[in-house]
This record gives sequence, C-alpha cells and structure tokens, in this order.
Amino acid sequence: MAPDMNEAWRYFLLFFGAVLVYNFILIRFIGLCPFFGISNRLETSIGMGISVVFVMVMATSVSWVVWNYVLDPLGVGDFLYIPAFILIIASLVQFVEMVIKKTSPPLYKAMGIYLPLITTNCAVLAAVIESVRPGFFKMNIAYNHTFPEALVFTIGVSLGFALVLILFSAMRERLDLAPVPKFFCGIPIAFIAAALYSLAFMGFTGMFGL
Amino acid sequence: MGDRKSATGELTNGLVRSNPLLVLMVGLCSALAVSTKVENCIFMGVAVIFVLVCSNVIISLIRRFIPDQVRIPIFIVIIASFVTIVDLTLKGYFKPVYDRLGVWIPLIVVNCIILARAEGYASQNRVRYAAMDGIGIGLGYTAVILIMAVFRELMGTGQIVLFEKTIINFGTSSMPVIFIMFPGAFITFALLAAALQWYQDRRKPEEGGGS
Repeated sequence: MAPDMNEAWRYFLLFFGAVLVYNFILIRFIGLCPFFGISNRLETSIGMGISVVFVMVMATSVSWVVWNYVLDPLGVGDFLYIPAFILIIASLVQFVEMVIKKTSPPLYKAMGIYLPLITTNCAVLAAVIESVRPGFFKMNIAYNHTFPEALVFTIGVSLGFALVLILFSAMRERLDLAPVPKFFCGIPIAFIAAALYSLAFMGFTGMFGL
Repeated sequence: MGDRKSATGELTNGLVRSNPLLVLMVGLCSALAVSTKVENCIFMGVAVIFVLVCSNVIISLIRRFIPDQVRIPIFIVIIASFVTIVDLTLKGYFKPVYDRLGVWIPLIVVNCIILARAEGYASQNRVRYAAMDGIGIGLGYTAVILIMAVFRELMGTGQIVLFEKTIINFGTSSMPVIFIMFPGAFITFALLAAALQWYQDRRKPEEGGGS
C-alpha cells in the first residue's frame, strides 16, 4: 500500500474502533447514567446525542492544546490533569450555553436543557482523558496522540455514544408496550435489553484485527 | 436543625434505604466496569469511601462560606483534589491494581454519587452527619459492587482470586464465561434490581409491583 493510503486506513481503523468496537456505553460502560436516565424517549435522546457530540469535540480540542502546550511541558500533568480537564469541561459547557442562547434561540430550545447535565456526564471526561493523555488507552491500534488523531477519535467516540443512545431509546419505547414479568418492569428489563445490545456489539470485536 | 438525627441512622440510611446504586441509580458506570474481580472492587470501594468522606467533611465545614452561585465549581475542585490524592497513591504503591482500574480512578471525580451527596446532603448538614453519610453511602456502593463481583467472578472463571491466593475454586472447565464479559455486567445488575423489586413487593403487598 502507498504511504498515504496506509495513513487513511489507520484513521479509518481509529474511527471504526471508537464507534463500534470499543463503544463507550456498551463495551466500556462509560456514560450509563444519562443512558438509562434519558433513553426513555426518542426525541430527548436525539437532543442529548447531538449535544454530547458537540461538547465532546470542543472539550477534546481545548484540552489537547492545554495538555500539550501547558501541562505536559511544565511537568505538572500528573497532579493537575483531573482538576484542569474537569474545569475546562465545566466552563466550556457554560460558555457554549451562553453563546447558543444569544445566537440561535431555536437551537438553544432544542439543546439547552441537556447542556448542564453534560458537565457531570463521565463520558465527556473519559473521552478527553483517553484521547489527550497517553497511558490510559487500551485499544489495539497505533495511536500517537497527534491533534488530527485525537479529533478523529473523539468524533468517533461521541458518534458511537449518540448512535447507541438513539437506537436504545427507539427500542425502549416499544419495551413499554411489551408484556414483561412483573418484577422485571422498568429498570431491570432495560438492563437485560442493554445486555443483548452489548452482546451484539461484541460481534464487532476482532473485525479488521481490532 | 429542627428534627433530631442520629449518626447511626445516617449510616444505615446510605447502606439500605437510599443505596446509591440500586435505589438512586447513580454511579452505575464504574460499578459495572469494575466488578469483574473482587480484588478490584475492594480497592475501588476504599477509594470511593475515602473521596466521599473527605469531600463531605470539607464541604460541610465550609458550607457557610460558599457563595451559592459558584458552589458547583467549588465542589468539583474539592472532589478533584481528593481524587488526585487517590490517583497518585494508587499509582505509587499499587501499580498493578492501578493499571487494571485504568480510567476509572480519575473518573471518580464525575461519579454522580459524590457530587449528589455534596450538593444534596453535605452542603446542608453538620460535619458529624456528613461524615457518617459519606461512610454509609460509600459502604452501600461497596457492598453492591462486592456482591456483583463475587457472583461474576465465581460464575465467569469458577474461582475467586484475592491478593494472588485462590480462595474458592470450583474447577475452571465449563463455566459461563459471559458473566465476566460485558453483557454479564448488565445481566447481573438486572437480576439484582429485579430481586430488590421482588423484595419490596413482598414487604408491602398492598401497593403492588411496577415502578
């Protein structure tokens, strides 16, 4: 293969791995609280999914710059990465909320209520830590933590999150109508369904050698 | 405080009546991910109890000086400092465990349990009760992940290995490996939640099931 072809293939693998093989919700168990809390209705999960994609990509971009130009060169990364990243996320969410409120009221109406919830969504912090800070990553891909790679990885992670959220809520709406054993009503049956989803997603393991 | 509270009451409240995982349904992510091995759960439980008690005590001590508008960032910074202490301690003294727990130690900072207790309890109550509440909620969390881990490790691998000693061994030939993999976590938690609903239903038969 030509070198640039090789490069493109590597980016594809990174993206594919982030969306499906190492899916955040079903394979890594990250972000389950909003997953079970919000996936009752299709409409809300679409809103939440879009907001998560938006915030995750912005948070990773800012954190990548802060990590590579401030924390790591100064040698304080080990001590300060947790407070630094969580403050970046919290202030970014606040900032995004204000900008959207001023510039686009319809978008604010659609996304507004989900934005504060995202601050404590562990998926955002996990995505930032995994894509920015070397050492946490357990994917079977060559990943060098350059800016384009971090961007591709985060877009993949957030799209995977949104995909599962939307798929699952579509199914949960049907689950309300299904005849379920009495003690499994509500949360337990949702978990059983998630287990089946997870089983299906495990089928992606090993694809393209991932 | 108008109503009288007892410290032991706060302790058992967190353990049973408002158990963070099964009743309040917060902090699920780490519970499901960590409960593949009993040993991991012990370390994770201790880490969560430490962070929860320390942050509850500090927030309760300074609750009169925190301006209301910026309370959430202040809580998060306090919690993040204690999580950093745990992170560096585990990395320094228990490297194999740290490698296995991976991203879950820094993620304690966004564990909804801790922020929820800071916001909902510690910022309104006296230090003694806040500390007891931290211990109770932390023990409730640890108890549930330990139950899950014992079940999953026993079903998945047929043995429980604790600090490099095999404690229980069933023979490892034909065990349903699925319990130690990802779907097993969801199934185990679903069974626990269903058992809780069954138990509550039996205690108050007139109210009936469903949620």
